[in-house]
Amino acid sequence: MSTTFDAVANIIAETCDIPRENITEESHAIDDLGIDSLDFLDIAFAIDKAFGIKLPLESWTQEVNEGKATTEQYFVLKNLCARIDELIAAKTA
Amino acid sequence: MRLEYFQMIDKVLALDLDARTLKTANTVPEESPIFEGHFPGHPLLPGVLLFEIMAQSCGMLLLRLHNYDRMAFLASVDKGKLRTFVTPGQVIVVDARLEHDGSGYGRLKAEGRVDGKLVCNADITLKTMPFPAPELRGYLLSTAERIGMPMGEAAAPASSGNLSHV
Repeated sequence: MSTTFDAVANIIAETCDIPRENITEESHAIDDLGIDSLDFLDIAFAIDKAFGIKLPLESWTQEVNEGKATTEQYFVLKNLCARIDELIAAKTA
Repeated sequence: MRLEYFQMIDKVLALDLDARTLKTANTVPEESPIFEGHFPGHPLLPGVLLFEIMAQSCGMLLLRLHNYDRMAFLASVDKGKLRTFVTPGQVIVVDARLEHDGSGYGRLKAEGRVDGKLVCNADITLKTMPFPAPELRGYLLSTAERIGMPMGEAAAPASSGNLSHV
């Protein structure tokens, strides 16, 4: 988790010009860090490339819009990193 | 190229579904009201239209790769460079390449050349979503036919790039 979090935090800091020290595992990408959907595309691109995965942004968005999930499940960084780890595990399984 | 209608692409020169690349030819018209203001006595194709030419080439590639099941909209232009003037009558050859096929977006690289010389390049992000109007899909398909987009071969299945999202 920590390795994934460090990589993701560095990506967010570089992509969105947010001080690295302001980014914690409890940070909500949207509510706390103020990242909008366009900036999140850049973050997703960097994460996809760094980990060799494809973040399912569309299905996540759909789930949130339909009330089947909360934004916290996908956009609080510790949860985002857990999803990333799951996608990495699924890729290598 | 019909600038007033934003029809920038004249012809497809090559499509490679495996390499995920498209090469287009785009001829700047000799005359257009745009040149009356941009600029008097020194007509130049506006730089924003060079970005539009690259974006449309990227968009036509992405639509073709996904068998026209979704629309692509320009979301961002990164590392955009306008390297030299482009004038009426010149033919811009654009090479577009899909770099990454994300969920709900595509990241592409585009380069424009005149007589082999690089005149513009950019990293282009296109956001993809269901067609907001059925006539738009029809318009894109007719555009694809007009520019000679090869349509016979189906693009790669979902695992390697279709937008049947996970």
